[in-house]
Amino acid sequence: MATAPALPGGFELPLEPRLPRLGSVDAVALEERADVLSKRSIKRESKLFALDLAIRMMDLTTLEGADTPGKVAALSSKGIRPDPGDLAIPSVAAICVYPNLVPFALERTKGTDVKVASVATAFPSGQSPLQVKLDETKWVVEAGAQEVDMVIDRGAFLSGRYAQVYDEVVRVKEICGSRAHLKVIIETGELGTYDNVRRASLLAIAGGADFIKTSTGKAATNATLPVALCMLEVIRDVHEETGRVVGMKVAGGIRQSKQAVQFLVQVHETLGLAWLTPDRYRIGASTLLNDMLMQIHKERTGRYQNPDYFTID
Amino acid sequence: MRRADKAPMATAWDYAPAPESRDIVRLQERYGLFIGGKFVEPLSGERYTTIDPAREEPLSEVAQANKADVDRAVKSARGAFDGTWSKLRPSERAKYLFRIARILQERAREFAVLESLNGGKPIRESRDVDVPLAAAHFFYYAGWADKLEYAFPNRKPRPIGVAAQIIPWNFPLLMLAWKIAPALAAGNTVVLKPAETTPLSALLFCDVLRQAELPPGVVNIITGDGRTGAEMVAHPGVDKIAFTGSTEVGKAIQRTLAGTGKRLTLELGGKAANIIFDDAPLDQAVEGIINGIYFNQGHVCCAGSRLLVQESIYEATIAKLKRRMRTLRVGDPLDKNTDVGAINSKQQLDKIAALVQSGVDEGAEIYQPPCKLPERGYWFVPTVFTNVAQSYRIAQEEIFGPVLSVLTFRTPDEAIEKANNTPYGLSAGVWTEKGSRILAMAQKLRAGVIWANTYNRFDPASPFGGYKESGFGREGGRHGLEAYVALDDA
Repeated sequence: MATAPALPGGFELPLEPRLPRLGSVDAVALEERADVLSKRSIKRESKLFALDLAIRMMDLTTLEGADTPGKVAALSSKGIRPDPGDLAIPSVAAICVYPNLVPFALERTKGTDVKVASVATAFPSGQSPLQVKLDETKWVVEAGAQEVDMVIDRGAFLSGRYAQVYDEVVRVKEICGSRAHLKVIIETGELGTYDNVRRASLLAIAGGADFIKTSTGKAATNATLPVALCMLEVIRDVHEETGRVVGMKVAGGIRQSKQAVQFLVQVHETLGLAWLTPDRYRIGASTLLNDMLMQIHKERTGRYQNPDYFTID
Repeated sequence: MRRADKAPMATAWDYAPAPESRDIVRLQERYGLFIGGKFVEPLSGERYTTIDPAREEPLSEVAQANKADVDRAVKSARGAFDGTWSKLRPSERAKYLFRIARILQERAREFAVLESLNGGKPIRESRDVDVPLAAAHFFYYAGWADKLEYAFPNRKPRPIGVAAQIIPWNFPLLMLAWKIAPALAAGNTVVLKPAETTPLSALLFCDVLRQAELPPGVVNIITGDGRTGAEMVAHPGVDKIAFTGSTEVGKAIQRTLAGTGKRLTLELGGKAANIIFDDAPLDQAVEGIINGIYFNQGHVCCAGSRLLVQESIYEATIAKLKRRMRTLRVGDPLDKNTDVGAINSKQQLDKIAALVQSGVDEGAEIYQPPCKLPERGYWFVPTVFTNVAQSYRIAQEEIFGPVLSVLTFRTPDEAIEKANNTPYGLSAGVWTEKGSRILAMAQKLRAGVIWANTYNRFDPASPFGGYKESGFGREGGRHGLEAYVALDDA
């Protein structure tokens, strides 16, 4: 086979009309599509289906400076059995905490299907030396976290050091190996354009992400519907060209059942039923769960119940 | 706690029916003609039934106006023109238009439901597009009513007189707004005929006129089929004809009017090219293709019915397009989750079916997604043809249905050549990331409206109209006023 003459770095010979090519995203049309999907009217049994699914997909999260073992224990109990009065309500997918709280979450969730996810790599900013990030990842994996939510270095990304972003994902993935599932947070609220969202998603996927995730929940804007749609389209392109399955996690600012249903409709009409499973889609949230319980109760009985009937954890 | 292994595996997520209630619309059993500010019995004594095309159920009986009825309506409009409307201060005319716009907004849900009921279009579209845009047109032209001198600098605009307006069935209320708003703003009076199959929103609009206390005779609405339209065109008391509809009828009108001195604007058919370049944002371009041809079941004169794809991205585009088509929800127009509704009439359904058959016969490759259609009503599955040659009927003739023909091109010049190679010239779409290319294409495409990285977007401030067999004259924007004013030197 002929060898190509030397070319500037980053130049890829376009020998095939490949997807996923980097591609571009048109903001107006993307937002229009997201808007149409957000107006789907999901009622009755189809709503109950979505709510049940959304609970099973939930990463019940607490990421505060004030987190304590007690808080995490309470949250874990809530995640395992969201409604003590109703055993038909499923457990959430995972409990998501800071590294120091991982042992306490693990202790509480032992013997259940609820997994423990830990943020790592200098969450939420990612502005620490690589070695610190790697050590932190190693620590949480060895502590037993089954899932790691890392952040990309947005400083590197926005200054065009894409290779650095990619390398970090690769290194973190090496540590996670087969022991822990890697979710890569691209922090869409800091990326500025949908083109960047697409580019960062592809970088994360190329680096070995099992999931790509919208946000830390700590930025001014978090998971919006168009941003999530944009990322789903990347996942779809990767799957269609390579067969590789990448999961998606939306996080930040999702407080109401209606929002969760809107995100699920997007998944349904973009990637199809195959992605409507906790193995491929997650919703990171903290206060959303009680609203869902309330909505489920309302669908079943036709009445809203007083919030005091739902436990706060 | 329910264990994960007991969790139900999703085999389908069927959205429960979410129908918009039709109770908000109160229809009368029979309607007369709206002449001189009230409903009168038709002198013809004839009526016909208008139906719901999604259920093939009768909705109401409407009048078939004859020559004598048309004469009565034109005289009423003439009387209102001479007596009140042309003498009114322009700012007063503006007030009526503002009032109409506001009432349309207040009664938006009622109009949306009726529009879907009588026309077959999805409630999502009548709710989010037709009705808000109709109100926006009245708002927009209300603003012009007392500023006409600024629209035509150094000229002295004056109204023409009585305008006879004939509108189509694809956007009944919106086309009514496009016609009536500029005519009234410029000081003319109107006789308007909605399409034979979709008269009900125009008849409900008469109630808006009553609420707005518009002086009697300024707007007269008469119903009937093509014969009524022909009488309107032929009536000597009419000063201006505005017609939106088929090219065939448009040509006949122009023949009738030759030598009469009546003014004419025509907005006719189209066979628009939607051009996708290889650097286009592909997922969004596919949305644009879908919106371009399946919006309103393809009953859109500016529909992007010819897809021109650059050959290097042809396969990827078609794969994405077909997958997207499989997610289209065809069914009950009143269901809030419906994407594609019912075909407007049996006649139109037959025409679509015949043209699709010709495409199959001529050798094009047909694709239709699996789709469960209701048993009653007029339905057509969204269809795409690949391997289409420019010479096939499906690439040349306006189908006016949810049928897309795909052609390919290699270079921008070839795209322009193919796009312009049609007797029509109403609209076109260009999808590319390159701004300079958009401008270059827009200069060379012979079409009245060119959308860049979007499709089927309308705004009252933007003029709309065609080249060649797509008609002449512009509607919307400042240009839309020109058709309704005579310009004297200042």
